Amino acid sequence: MHPQFVDYAIIAIYFIFVLGIGFALRGRMKTSEDFFLSGRSIPGWITGLAFMSANLGALEVMGHAANAAKYGMFVNHFYWLAAMPAMCFVGVFMMPFYYGSKVRSVPEYLRLRYDEKTRTLNALSFAFMTLLVSGIDLYAMAILFQRLLHWPFFASVLVSAIVVMIYIYLGGLTSSIYNEVLQFFLIVFGFLPLAILGLKAVGGFAGLEARLPNAGYAHTWAIIWHANQNPMGINWFGTIFGLGFVLSFGYWCTDFLVIQRGLAAKDMPSAQRTPLIAAIPKMFFPLMVILPGLVAIALDPTTKELLGGRYDNALPAMLGRFYPSGLLGIGLTALLASFMSGMAGNVTAFNTVWTFDIYQTHVNPGQADKHYLNMGRFATIFAVAVGIGTAFIVLKFNNLMDYLQLLFAFFNAPLFGTFLLGMFWKRTSAHSGFWGLLCGILAAATHYTLYHYRVISYPSDMAANFYQAIVAFTTCFVVTIVVTLFTEPRKEEELVGLVYSLTPKPRNENLPWYQRPGILAVGILAVCTVLNIIFW
Amino acid sequence: MGLDIRWPIGIIFTIYGAILMVFGLATNPEVFQSSMGVNIDLWWGVAMLVFGLVMGALALRSSRQ
Repeated sequence: MHPQFVDYAIIAIYFIFVLGIGFALRGRMKTSEDFFLSGRSIPGWITGLAFMSANLGALEVMGHAANAAKYGMFVNHFYWLAAMPAMCFVGVFMMPFYYGSKVRSVPEYLRLRYDEKTRTLNALSFAFMTLLVSGIDLYAMAILFQRLLHWPFFASVLVSAIVVMIYIYLGGLTSSIYNEVLQFFLIVFGFLPLAILGLKAVGGFAGLEARLPNAGYAHTWAIIWHANQNPMGINWFGTIFGLGFVLSFGYWCTDFLVIQRGLAAKDMPSAQRTPLIAAIPKMFFPLMVILPGLVAIALDPTTKELLGGRYDNALPAMLGRFYPSGLLGIGLTALLASFMSGMAGNVTAFNTVWTFDIYQTHVNPGQADKHYLNMGRFATIFAVAVGIGTAFIVLKFNNLMDYLQLLFAFFNAPLFGTFLLGMFWKRTSAHSGFWGLLCGILAAATHYTLYHYRVISYPSDMAANFYQAIVAFTTCFVVTIVVTLFTEPRKEEELVGLVYSLTPKPRNENLPWYQRPGILAVGILAVCTVLNIIFW
Repeated sequence: MGLDIRWPIGIIFTIYGAILMVFGLATNPEVFQSSMGVNIDLWWGVAMLVFGLVMGALALRSSRQ
């Protein structure tokens, strides 16, 4: 791959626009609500695309292309089995509580529904996890630029980190969300030609299927019924319950990184539509990340010529193989945009949780609003600086996906148990949330230790992660129920707006049909079912 | 809202589309061996330009109202 002047110019223009959006929004950050929640003023289509884009980090794009090259169409489950139902569920059933209760963060909801200690435990674990994850995007970006443009690793990390820091520092969540919308379109336009050129090179879908290493590569469902039939070594129970239920609902329904975009929406219907609007492009993303991975392995079954022996190279290698100068600049910009949107999502979620749930609650309460706005800006610098540090930790790991799924299985999986019981069972007591969550995290730690020291074994690391999530969730769920049965329930009038059975349903009769969350969700699931059948 | 996000999107896609089209027309066709002889810069440049102009038009329409 030999980038020319035109490619560098395209990348430079991108940096100018990203920073320009930050500067344009600088004067509008007057209160902490402006900075952390965009003053709850953004239309649904913008928060929806930002919701999608914040999730489109390095791992999502390069990691799933790599997984597709390694495991085949099994990876479709991350989209059509895992993400779609969870995104519809959070939009229709959970967003009314997040948005309606006027909380500023996911941990703050836990304080209202449970108590202060539940919130603090979640805020600390989330802040910790977010900092560890934010280094991944920086690392991936730096590696790419080191390889393609021959910049030194440290210089690449520093330049990318500083650009993200500047636009969030200036424009807060609004700047992050606006950039995510721009980044979303750049990602689509940057990767779509790869699918078109890739399919042309292998002779369409029929040609692709014929050139894949084995028949299982071309199937999503046909290979999951027995563990020994699919390359990940996971049977239908681990796939459907571990990935499709625990990990996906844990991520999409409780991870503040994505929920925060919904909270920035201008009204309740826009907040509910945020994850649903995100689900529509998400449904078709396998075309842009999984298909290039499959083409890569079809063109290079030994992984030696094109991929240089590493599946992680699948997407960059395909860009280099098919993109001429000019389009190459657009493709590199798309990769850069994906890393920056992923990183910015982590930074904005961190600075909000840190400022509201840790600093304002425990360190320095009762200050003027301006003080917390400045703290948010300071936390942005801090998060980026720590992100640079974690990029060097990540450098020591050799498998990024393991690192990430491990963190999710530790923190998100048990949290979903706490939310499910808290939102849909009014009996759940104030104390039970903390103990359930703590035991869930400890169960994940125990499972990880046993696996690490080979007391228990699984056919692949991914299988271990799925089962760790199942163990953590089940422990949290059972402990929360048991503690609830031995402690006092909360008064019902305190739980209005927080629990499903005690909250008036949002009224949608006056909305046109295409704006109603329920109808959108049913439509999305119907199309998703058709996709599952086509690629069965 | 203050800033209509469709403006920066419209402008950057118009610029990118124009760059790709000009580069696609002006450059030596040997460059397109990697894309199997398709002048993908020209065609994708047209697509990006059209998208950029539509976004800009939408932003203009709503700013006039």
